[in-house]
Amino acid sequence: MMSDFQDLKNMVAVVGVGTTRYGSFPETDEYGLGAEAFGKAIADCGLDKSQIDGLLVNRIPSYARMGEVLGIDPRWTITLPAHGRMSGMAIIEATAALATGRAKYAALIYANIGRSRRVNYGGDESPNIWDPWGMTSPGAAHAMMFQRHMAMYGTTTRQLAEVSVAIRHNAGLNPDAVMRKPITIDDHEEARRIAAPLGLLDYCLITDGAVCLILTTAERARDLKKPPVLVSGVGGRDRFRQSALGTFDLDFWHGPIRESGEESYRMAGVARDDVDVLMSYDNFSPTVLFSLEGLGFCPRGESGRFVEGGTLKVGGRLPTNTDGGHLSNSYMQGWALNVEAVRQVRGECGDRQVPGCEVAQYIAATVCTRSIIYTRG
Amino acid sequence: MPSDSSTTASPYAKPLPKPTPLTQPFWDLAREGRLAVQACRSCGDRHFPASPVCPECLSTDQEWQVVSGRGTLVSWVEFHRAYWDGFKADLPYRVCLVQLEEGPLLYSNLVGADAGEGRVGRPVSVVFEKVTETVTLPKFVLA
Repeated sequence: MMSDFQDLKNMVAVVGVGTTRYGSFPETDEYGLGAEAFGKAIADCGLDKSQIDGLLVNRIPSYARMGEVLGIDPRWTITLPAHGRMSGMAIIEATAALATGRAKYAALIYANIGRSRRVNYGGDESPNIWDPWGMTSPGAAHAMMFQRHMAMYGTTTRQLAEVSVAIRHNAGLNPDAVMRKPITIDDHEEARRIAAPLGLLDYCLITDGAVCLILTTAERARDLKKPPVLVSGVGGRDRFRQSALGTFDLDFWHGPIRESGEESYRMAGVARDDVDVLMSYDNFSPTVLFSLEGLGFCPRGESGRFVEGGTLKVGGRLPTNTDGGHLSNSYMQGWALNVEAVRQVRGECGDRQVPGCEVAQYIAATVCTRSIIYTRG
Repeated sequence: MPSDSSTTASPYAKPLPKPTPLTQPFWDLAREGRLAVQACRSCGDRHFPASPVCPECLSTDQEWQVVSGRGTLVSWVEFHRAYWDGFKADLPYRVCLVQLEEGPLLYSNLVGADAGEGRVGRPVSVVFEKVTETVTLPKFVLA
């Protein structure tokens, strides 16, 4: 009888990944994009679609339609709403399901058609009780947090720029990234303000696209095409008590990030310093700073100084979001970052490959914080 | 040629609250120039926005308590983009996050000639802005 989630260490592996192009594709929809990513992911691992008996869909309106389009009848199906926090949650829940035999091979599919549909993440699209005061959009909530971080610790927007500049640099090494033209700290400072202190270059892109991951048990993974990448450790903490304020936390989710990170390191049997590459959810650039502090890569309040001088660039002290993240690669709400973690551990990343990468960490700092440690199988 | 429209007041174009039975007392009190939060008669917890049960003890025995209207500026943001046309003329406008003396946190607008002097931690106090015949919005100024 299993007594602890920690016992699931290395029991499940990511065996196949598939990503579409990213951009604007009004000619298709979530199902067309999802099917494309699925096709690439099963080809990546060499499975036939008839072997897929688990289906998890995220930001796709109908799981039944997705299954119909793919021509599959799984025995385990889950659908999750269109929040970025769901990607890490999805991978962790699929890990639990596979480890306990709910399915043998699970396809996790995410699709986003927000670019073509002109989704803008605020206003009447997402009504809330603060609308009469004009308080809307997750970007504004993150701007509130960064304003507070500046006041408490003296962090500057030029330090914040280092996040966007480094991640754009990394995107330049990724032929699939949407935004590849290098930017400077001055570009960041001069960019149009949206919700000051944040400006355009602090905001994620909005792109169409889809991602698929195929997961199975580590045992079954041995027979597949690519070397397995193990889900070695996971951790999570939720913080709902001030949900009315949206994606805002007075304490920058410091406690939940620290606890999620420690839980995942402990389960994986690795130390923070073993992390070769970090995938840090970057819906807005400040989220990366909060993640670095929460995980303990630097002391509280010192993330601004920590990122100075290209720390997060490929080749820097802590290569982060090597695919260009949400800021410059694509807005796949954490899913593409998890694929990038897998590709880094496999050694498939070309110009942006972190040499000898064995341990990759995914962290999403938000209302539902999740950390995942991937290692080479 | 004179235009009739020059004498017509433009209608209020910003989003208006949508009171529910749970939140109606807040808006009724605001119209009287009083700021209120929900309080639990059972454990005394004060919270905002309104909740069908007390989030501390789950009691349904709750009331609205008028508060001092004094608080601290937790943070603020300056909108340079209008997500509603009604805010376009106000750009850039300031939204603040205030922690009331009584504990609860709420978003509002930081207004007043000296709003640009806002700093995290500064004391603020409530003011009331009647925006329609039925709706008055609590806003904040530097104290």
